[in-house]
Amino acid sequence: MKSNVGKILSTAAITAAISTGAVAGTLDDVKQKGFIQCGVSQGVPGFSNADNKGNWSGIDVDGCRAVAAAIFNDPSKVKFTPLSAKERFTALQSGEIDMLSRNTTWTYTRDVSLGLDFTAITFYDGQGFMVRKELGVKSAKDLDGATVCTQSGTTTELNMADFFRKNNMSYVPVIIQKADEAVAAYDSGRCDVFTTDKSGLAAWRTKLKNPSDNIILPETISKEPLGPVVRQGDEQWKDLVTWVLFAQVNAEEMGITSKNVAEIKKTTQDPSVRRLLGLDGDMGKDLGLSADWAYNVIAKVGNYGEEFDRNVGKDSPLDLPRGLNNLWNNGGIMYAPPVR
Amino acid sequence: MSDIKKPNKRSFLYDAGTRSLVFQVVLLAIVLYVCYYLFSNLQANLDSRGISTGFSFLNEPAGFPILIHLISYTEADTYGRAFLVALINTCVISLLGIIFATIIGVIMGLSRLSRNWLVARLATTYIETLRNIPLLLQMFFWYFAVLAALPTPRHSYEFADFFLNKRGIYSPNPIIQEGFSIAVFGFMLSIVASIALIIWAKKRQTRTGLWFPAYWSSLGIIVVITLLAFAVAGFPLTFDLPHQTRFNIKGGMVLPPEFVAVLLALSTYTGAFIAEIVRAGILSVNWGQTEAARSLGLKDSLTQRLIVLPQALRVIIPPLTSQFLNLAKNSSLGAAIAYPELVSVVMGTTLNQTGQAIETIGLCMLVYGTLSLSISLFMNWYNKKMSLIER
Repeated sequence: MKSNVGKILSTAAITAAISTGAVAGTLDDVKQKGFIQCGVSQGVPGFSNADNKGNWSGIDVDGCRAVAAAIFNDPSKVKFTPLSAKERFTALQSGEIDMLSRNTTWTYTRDVSLGLDFTAITFYDGQGFMVRKELGVKSAKDLDGATVCTQSGTTTELNMADFFRKNNMSYVPVIIQKADEAVAAYDSGRCDVFTTDKSGLAAWRTKLKNPSDNIILPETISKEPLGPVVRQGDEQWKDLVTWVLFAQVNAEEMGITSKNVAEIKKTTQDPSVRRLLGLDGDMGKDLGLSADWAYNVIAKVGNYGEEFDRNVGKDSPLDLPRGLNNLWNNGGIMYAPPVR
Repeated sequence: MSDIKKPNKRSFLYDAGTRSLVFQVVLLAIVLYVCYYLFSNLQANLDSRGISTGFSFLNEPAGFPILIHLISYTEADTYGRAFLVALINTCVISLLGIIFATIIGVIMGLSRLSRNWLVARLATTYIETLRNIPLLLQMFFWYFAVLAALPTPRHSYEFADFFLNKRGIYSPNPIIQEGFSIAVFGFMLSIVASIALIIWAKKRQTRTGLWFPAYWSSLGIIVVITLLAFAVAGFPLTFDLPHQTRFNIKGGMVLPPEFVAVLLALSTYTGAFIAEIVRAGILSVNWGQTEAARSLGLKDSLTQRLIVLPQALRVIIPPLTSQFLNLAKNSSLGAAIAYPELVSVVMGTTLNQTGQAIETIGLCMLVYGTLSLSISLFMNWYNKKMSLIER
């Protein structure tokens, strides 16, 4: 099977790669080869999804494009590696990819024991449940005895176990390797419930036979902060990936968009905007980038709000509300440290 | 003695036996060193990258339930126990698969040789279709075809205390009461009696040539004695009946569709290959053997059983072993359709939760290695037993 082969190969690869020793400077490697190798999902609409021509889109994909724009002033200098939930960390550990931008939940164990570093949070998500309307279930607390379909290799499995145990309810797990087939099993009636992150539920619901026959229950049973991951021990690369996102969030806060950034660059007198766009001081030197890297990111990819609306928000089929992902001064918790 | 030259030092160096021994020791040392080097290097680099290693995670609580468990298992049990559950699931599906695949294979192989046109063509179609479609596709087919064909739990097919729906086949679950050991004892006793009877019948036939229907009689003995013991103990068995609840049928015993789909896919797929092996084996026995048996006055059934089959088996067993090994390894594809076997539980959920890639994959490799080697050893023993004994 494909993913099995991939897994074995990546284990072999990690053995080989780790045998060769020290962590090299990822940025230098990336500059030398001329592109970023970016690990994404095998297809989650809104996050990372390839169309029938092989063009990738999604908020995670834009995360990689933004980093490419910062380094090369060209968001297209990214190559994507689709990874299953199981393969993703091994691929990053072994150096097969430079950054993992694959709706990956930041958890304690993953951060401290895998030799990896989480950078910043691109999307605040939470796990939810989808059920068929005909069951008449109004709350996740009514799910005692239900059969639950989900994909293997994600935090979803553990959250689900914790939730049912905490509420003294029993359930029957049907754990399927790929999300497509897990959803198909739910759609065919094998399960009462399908569970994954709420953004994922909204995306998958659009693909069901009769989307309107299914509802997403109101409860959010977990915190799922999603964000890009890099290898531990390369602080420069970690700072770079982190600050590309922070720059996008700061840009939204300052009202800078891909459309007005060129105009603002010419006219602005605001010192913080001037710093961000690289007009004052050499903002890129310590990251190993040009001074106007943030300008390039905003001009080529856009600010965080644009990225959100385009991929998962009001301009996308998912039509997710901003919710927690709104700026801190706008009712959400998206907050970036200042550029100074 | 004195006229035989003692070998001098030079000839010791040129001695073929000594030389090959030295080469083998050197080769072994190199292989061991390379393994040691790779392992210690891996260990050092895992440490330096802050990736935790070791098998201590096996004692930590797993926190996830498993769909099919033949030993008692709850979320509170350890990863070690989850591993055991998965191991049993893998072994069960492999063993059942081997049994069913062999039965299907023998029937289809014989059918393809049948003089009945329709039967032979049907068998040919079956074999050519099944063995030319990838197994994973067949698994999806069985899984989703089975699911699509069945009703939802609220509209289950009901028969007596049996239910059939998308969640599986529900049957009454026997619960053992006090005194059940008497029935078990009766069953054991009847088995011992049957074995004795078969041995006696065989000896008598060798001695006198008289034939006794030992197999049918022992079947009778087993049924009668076991039932009697069961009655004496006062029927020590009650049933937990399945009943309808809000989402599912609760209680009773359930055979989930994942299990059925994996078993169907594995046994029909491998059965198609075995059918060809059986056909090849039977065709390899010269027609003259059958003619000779007939001229001795043996019946058709006896000709098959005593003359053709023992000779065919010598050709059949070695490739059959490969098919059994394939089946055991192919059972790992069950992970794709939620059958909780080793790959799904250990390389899937456990790996995901602990992040111990090298340990979990190592464990799985060890298990598949051991499982395959055991099948191999058993089949080699059987092959030796069936091989031609020349006098």
